[in-house]
Amino acid sequence: MSTRNIFARPARLAAIAPWLWMLLFFLVPFGFVLKISLSQTAIAQPPYVPVFDLTQGFAAIKAALAALSLDNFKLLVSDDLYVLSYLRSLVVAAVSTSILLLIGYPVAYGMARLPQRWQAVAMMLVIVPFWTSFLIRIYAWINILQHDGLLNKILLALHLVSAPVVWLSTDSAMYLGIVYSYLPFMILPLYATLAKMEPSLLEAAADLGSSPRQAFWLVTFPLSLPGVAAGVLLCFIPIVGEFVIPDLLAGSDSLMIGQTLWLEFFTNKDWPVAAAAAVVLLLLLVLPLILYDRLQRRQLEQAR
Amino acid sequence: MTARALHRLSPFNAVSLALGVAFLYLPIVILVIYSFNASRLVTVWGGWSLRWYSEFFHDRAMIEAAWMSFRVAAVSASIATLLGTLAAVALSRGARFKGRTLFSGMLYAPLVMPEVITGLSLLLLFVAVNAERGFWTVTIAHTTLTLCFVAVVVQSRLGALDRSLEEAAMDLGCDPLRAFLAVTLPLIAPAIAAGWMLAFTLSLDDLVIASFTTGPGSATLPIRIYSEVRLGVKPEINAICTLVIALIAAVIVVASLASKWSRAAGESAAPL
Repeated sequence: MSTRNIFARPARLAAIAPWLWMLLFFLVPFGFVLKISLSQTAIAQPPYVPVFDLTQGFAAIKAALAALSLDNFKLLVSDDLYVLSYLRSLVVAAVSTSILLLIGYPVAYGMARLPQRWQAVAMMLVIVPFWTSFLIRIYAWINILQHDGLLNKILLALHLVSAPVVWLSTDSAMYLGIVYSYLPFMILPLYATLAKMEPSLLEAAADLGSSPRQAFWLVTFPLSLPGVAAGVLLCFIPIVGEFVIPDLLAGSDSLMIGQTLWLEFFTNKDWPVAAAAAVVLLLLLVLPLILYDRLQRRQLEQAR
Repeated sequence: MTARALHRLSPFNAVSLALGVAFLYLPIVILVIYSFNASRLVTVWGGWSLRWYSEFFHDRAMIEAAWMSFRVAAVSASIATLLGTLAAVALSRGARFKGRTLFSGMLYAPLVMPEVITGLSLLLLFVAVNAERGFWTVTIAHTTLTLCFVAVVVQSRLGALDRSLEEAAMDLGCDPLRAFLAVTLPLIAPAIAAGWMLAFTLSLDDLVIASFTTGPGSATLPIRIYSEVRLGVKPEINAICTLVIALIAAVIVVASLASKWSRAAGESAAPL
């Protein structure tokens, strides 16, 4: 035991550099987001009125505090554009996560039932697309879904439709793209819990007279719930803020909050409103983020 | 129904597995095939040709963006691997220390944080300190994101490691640093290599964070691809995407060979 303690101190020293890096480039920037979300839009470069300029002394800080405004947040609440964007983001994330669970669970279940040798291969097959560019995989779908793309050609050849169907710029295309991109994130945590499960538990259930279906719902599924939670959070949180997929595959008549934020920032150059939108998005995600953090910590620290 | 059949692969399992894998790979296969299409119309097959590849190699702006992405990915992956490995060691060997909860929170949150938030917050930081935006700002942003992935990969390997090896080394008179360098580091080397490659590909892939943190005149490859894709499908883009996929495939092959090689080395060293 004593050797562990000797090891612990230098190991703690190792934390210093990454700790400082994350503090400086992850935590501190949120302070700036908060600060700018409270400042007013200006036609300038950078396009906001500075608040809290600490170099100007105490009087300036007092003046700055007085100049803080919640106008940007009031705008977010009162303007339908933003409210609808937030709602749409939550709905899209909830629907896609449900579809992902419905598709991902049987795949992960099948993987966990493979012979040991093949499990490693299947795992590799699921991980590889995760390494391939998000953007490229969405682009691959644009190839297939476009007006004279492969999908319409096949449908026409099979006489399933009489005229080419419009796939691009629709919600179905967006859901397809999201499910396609996030599937590995759902499969991997599910597979991790399903593969660890004792087969003897199912044998016991069968010995006690349950049918395979009953055994699944009474034994396998409840035991896989930590994996379900991990997969759901791992997909839901980033999908709420997704930008690329809805931008390239969905129509432009209703936007997700990631797109609205992007638009405010790059097109309208309204940085304070974009920052306020980010603050509200973060507030929406606080609860799922805390749940995810707990789960992640428990999983990684259980491994020790 | 015997108990054995309960945990065998049923036809339903096999079919869902096959469909899942096909769903993941088919679009990429189609993209690669069409990149060799001679026809300008992406959807009409005009025979095999390397025309779009030569078009890419004559596109100066694209080449410059690819070079920029490559440099950012190589530098940020290296810094991220160093910091991420340190973070993993601290979390799995450091027992309790002050700020540990905040530390692990800061490491896990970026894994799921929507990229628009990470990108926007880093940009506001860079503007506030008046940093010139370009190569270094994108590199710092990518390092921040990818070091978290490295930390998770290395930490799970450290967790699976038999700690009695480290203890034996210290009982034999190694100080902790030597024990780490002589025993732990070689054992986690495959995970560190995998972490570097994951960081490299994630950086090569990123559009959103790079868009926020880069400056005028220093677009990365995904930024250029994105602006072209918005205008529609172009065969040249298929060729570029195929090249990126080939690069990533090469990285993955090297990674799996390296881990196989190090496992073999570990086995042959064991009897000593």
